[in-house]
Amino acid sequence: MEQGEITAFIGPSGCGKSTALRCLNRMNDLVRGFRFDGHVHFRGKDIYHRSVDPVAVRRYIGMVFQQPNPFAMSIYNNVAFGLRLNRVKDDIPERVERALRGAALWDEVKDKLKNSGLSLSGGQQQRLCIARAIATEPTVLLMDEPCSALDPIATRRIEELMTELKEKYTIAVVTHNLQQAQRVADKTAFMYVDTTQGGRTGYLVEYEDTNRLFQDPKEEFTKQYIRGEFS
Amino acid sequence: MAISLEGDVPSDSVASPPSTFDISWDRTFRGLTRFFSWMTIFLVLYILYEIAGKAFPAVQEFGLSFVTGTTWDANRGEFGVFPEIWGTLYSSLLALAIGGFFGISIAIFLTQDFLPPRLELVFKNIVELLAAIPSVVYGLWGIYVVIPAMRPTANWVHEHLGWIPFFKTSLSGPGMLPAALVLSIMVLPTISAVSRDALSSVPHKLKEAAFGLGATRWEAILGVILPTSATGIFGALVLGFGRALGETMALAMLVGNSNQVSLSLFSPANTLAALLANNFPEAGQQEEGVLMYAALILMAITLLVNLVGTAIMNRASSHLSGEVK
Repeated sequence: MEQGEITAFIGPSGCGKSTALRCLNRMNDLVRGFRFDGHVHFRGKDIYHRSVDPVAVRRYIGMVFQQPNPFAMSIYNNVAFGLRLNRVKDDIPERVERALRGAALWDEVKDKLKNSGLSLSGGQQQRLCIARAIATEPTVLLMDEPCSALDPIATRRIEELMTELKEKYTIAVVTHNLQQAQRVADKTAFMYVDTTQGGRTGYLVEYEDTNRLFQDPKEEFTKQYIRGEFS
Repeated sequence: MAISLEGDVPSDSVASPPSTFDISWDRTFRGLTRFFSWMTIFLVLYILYEIAGKAFPAVQEFGLSFVTGTTWDANRGEFGVFPEIWGTLYSSLLALAIGGFFGISIAIFLTQDFLPPRLELVFKNIVELLAAIPSVVYGLWGIYVVIPAMRPTANWVHEHLGWIPFFKTSLSGPGMLPAALVLSIMVLPTISAVSRDALSSVPHKLKEAAFGLGATRWEAILGVILPTSATGIFGALVLGFGRALGETMALAMLVGNSNQVSLSLFSPANTLAALLANNFPEAGQQEEGVLMYAALILMAITLLVNLVGTAIMNRASSHLSGEVK
């Protein structure tokens, strides 16, 4: 994945898009029975190396989840949470404002920063979660179907936001909305699930520039999938 | 009579309006539940009325001096329950502090993936078994095990740190600390079970959010999981406190039944519930009214604790869910 680009993961349900994404900041380490083989390199280092602390990985590689999940605390404290984790002492109010502006939420909440994060609408909550994730200015932002719980208007806002954010952050996004991948992603990975051997094994079918993948896919599978012949 | 919709549905439809039996059964059911709900409320009011009625002569005779008085002498007709009120609150607060600390710690330990799920279940059941031990057994255990085990340490502390008000007296047998200690074990299962529910009802997505921001396990627990479940944990503490206030048998056996107001943890004391249990068998007519007055005070305290607790919880939960500014 290239710096400053948006990479999208598409594919049918259960093919392991989210799991693959969550491997990138070791979120799966929290899942009982999870085992990882292979390597994920970040800044030239293997984040699964024995000496690497998964907590540290997650501080550099932020995440936005499928369901908006603001904490049951004020909007301000939601955004400041990550700053406090990182022991940031200076300019917390300024950083909170910058993050909220970055997430295109500032104008809507600037007069009610003390209100609970849960008092916002779904779309606003998701933007609050984005603000929370970018407040510490991580390098990479992972987004796991960030719009699947949102209505079309809120979805459009988040998509605009993603294109703005890629100036600063490298973004990886899982989506099952093909149009969304086409609209926002520079590169797209198509994954599929193989059930022929009894279990479910997800695998990568094709990884290409988004335009090429959608207009001229190399693999037959990809072609069928983007034509909507199966899902 | 409801408007019939029958003509409007296609002829092969099997849909039909509820039969008269369905409707009357529905009405009966609603009537029954309403009746039993009201019965419960009526029962509470009736008990209050009876106790207040029996206590009335004593209330008239002693008035507020009953609450502030410090002697209890049936022969001279002098009654005051200030030491008992003090002892009730003091022992319950101590038990709440100890039991609350351990109860919440256990709840955290049992919900935050510190143990494999099967062990979690085993531990949970063991803690809940504590609630199955009869309170008189706790009392006996306190007398024959806890007090003898505590005495050497307690007396050493008294000798060396006796200038601190909490250790001002020596522990000669029953007393505040053993009572509070046993009481804290008795409230522990309540507190840990209710806190456990509160902690495990924190949505998984919030935990993920905390970990996703790079929180360590403790940062996630202290920064997100505990604050999110704070209302429920507070409820657990209120329940535990209520239980401690009313606990009778173990305290009657362990607290020393002595009318004293002392900060000392080693001094014998008394509680309202223990006073009632100890004095009703030989109570004459006047003392009976006086005991009813004491019972009324105990009920007022527990009621107040529950009301204030519920009020705080309601405010906190509406604040958390963002309903109120």
